[in-house]
Amino acid sequence: MTGYERIPGLIGEIEDRGETTVVVEKERLSEAALYLQGELGFNFLSDIAATDYLGWGGETAGSWGSADGRDLNVPYTLGLALVPEPKPKRFSVSYHLLALRADPVRLRLQTWLDEGEPVASVVSVWPVADWLEREVYDLMGIVFEGHPNLVRVLMPDDWEGHPLRKDYPIGGEPVRFSGEE
Amino acid sequence: MAAVSDSVFTGPVLYEGTRIPSPVPSWVQVDPARLEDGNVLEVNFGPNHPSTHGVLRLVVDLDGEEIVGMRAVVGYLHTGFEKSMEQKSWWKAINYPSRIDYLSSFQNELLFVLAIEKLLGIEVPAKATWIRTALSELNRIHSHLVWLGTMGLELGVQSIYFYCFDQRERVLDLFEMVTGVRVHGRYCQAGGLAEDIPPGFVPDARSFCRGLPKAIDEYVHMTEKNKIWLKRTKGIGVVSAEDAIRLGLSGPVLRGSGVNWDLRKREPYLFYDQVDFEVPVYDDGDSYARARVRIDEMRQSLRIAEQCLDRIEELAGDPWISDDRKVVLPPREELQTSMESLIHHFKLVTEGYRVPAGEVYVAIESSRGEQGCYLVSDGGSNPWRVHFRAPSFPSIAAAPTLCQEHLIADLIAISASLDTLLGDCDR
Repeated sequence: MTGYERIPGLIGEIEDRGETTVVVEKERLSEAALYLQGELGFNFLSDIAATDYLGWGGETAGSWGSADGRDLNVPYTLGLALVPEPKPKRFSVSYHLLALRADPVRLRLQTWLDEGEPVASVVSVWPVADWLEREVYDLMGIVFEGHPNLVRVLMPDDWEGHPLRKDYPIGGEPVRFSGEE
Repeated sequence: MAAVSDSVFTGPVLYEGTRIPSPVPSWVQVDPARLEDGNVLEVNFGPNHPSTHGVLRLVVDLDGEEIVGMRAVVGYLHTGFEKSMEQKSWWKAINYPSRIDYLSSFQNELLFVLAIEKLLGIEVPAKATWIRTALSELNRIHSHLVWLGTMGLELGVQSIYFYCFDQRERVLDLFEMVTGVRVHGRYCQAGGLAEDIPPGFVPDARSFCRGLPKAIDEYVHMTEKNKIWLKRTKGIGVVSAEDAIRLGLSGPVLRGSGVNWDLRKREPYLFYDQVDFEVPVYDDGDSYARARVRIDEMRQSLRIAEQCLDRIEELAGDPWISDDRKVVLPPREELQTSMESLIHHFKLVTEGYRVPAGEVYVAIESSRGEQGCYLVSDGGSNPWRVHFRAPSFPSIAAAPTLCQEHLIADLIAISASLDTLLGDCDR
């Protein structure tokens, strides 16, 4: 009825707290984007948000993520009684879509990636994705194939690493002192 | 599939086709033919320039005074709020959002708390929601006053700045009365508010509401009858409804292009479905239309605030925060007498509350447009991921589209009329 079941590459549809998420195969993301924009009228791309799930669930759940996961001895990260649902891959990329019309509909289009896997750019579908994808690339290190100008946007051009990744060291900013060679 | 109704669009077609540059939508590239005669000069406008509302750098290619190429460079105010918030417990993280968009600080704080509440599924008392609605509108007035004052300053209509800041002080006084500080109040808590409004707030707020319409009349007089204002804004920086939507523009910018779109009406949150107000929409898509939208919006915000004050008075004595002890701090006086309360207090202060696992996206109509918050929780006491959808970010990316074929002086008027805030953009 909603037309979501005909989205190309659809893996699943999730309803949670009144929000609908459709998960699609990453290979068919641009097809899915075109279908949602052209056929279902999702003309407004609000936001693109990527999440790093490294260390998600089990013993390593928590916020003090590192390459080795979480240290249970760090204060305030008490062992969790509830283990969250495992995630299929390391990164999720969520496109928050809005059908801007008299009967508005919101939808989260989601795709999953492992480290080093690129995803197709949607700049040709929604021009606003230009900077949104640059931000995700900058802070999360996800490469958008076909983006016309994929360079850093918030961090300096010569920055190393992608700060929002869970294995990015906290407080790890190199400090240059005067008088240093 | 429901029929696509286009009743949100009110205006005429401003221009055929699209003006969004290609292949990079945020970058107007110089026509190679123009480069050959050697007249094109690349100029850095900013990052430190008084009219950029923060630290924005615009790289402008000029042929004489005409803009033939342009791109924006941002990130100078990037502070890593999203990363910092992941390291804090949920209730400590509430401190951060108000620093992101520091002019609509209350709305940002509210947005983050609304998102936490959506994850928690917690009920908020009616009085708290009415106070939130009232403060949210006062915050909108505050932000629009700062915008109007600084836009006047940049366009050479300087006197309006002092008039606006006079009223802005009075809004800040109200915030100081309620939260104790003028800007970064940290007044919202998951489940309600940190404290009840102090006695005397409602009469003071009413006296402010009585005085402001006259002040707005003065602002209208100073802009509508000022040749400088009119000549520098009318027909400048036109963007069609279709292009505005494709560029992700929202809020007053979208409503200035003839799109009747306001989240307070279309996807009501708080108690916006229980108050009477209108959504000002102008069709011309230029800087003047965007300015008119904001000036008219201040009057509507006043209308909403006055209705909220009535309801707050009716609900005097009601609780301002939920009594869910797993989320909300127990009343201070109980700590002396109840062991249970002491334990809850200790747990909440040291570890914080746990938020059920899940992901949500909440959007509100902030002063600048659609302010969104995407949260992921793993069920622990810290957020797993926090992301803010900043309305200024797409606005600055869209500035080159609006500025092409204009003169360098128009650049100032256009960037001011977009009402971008670099703290919001860079996060």
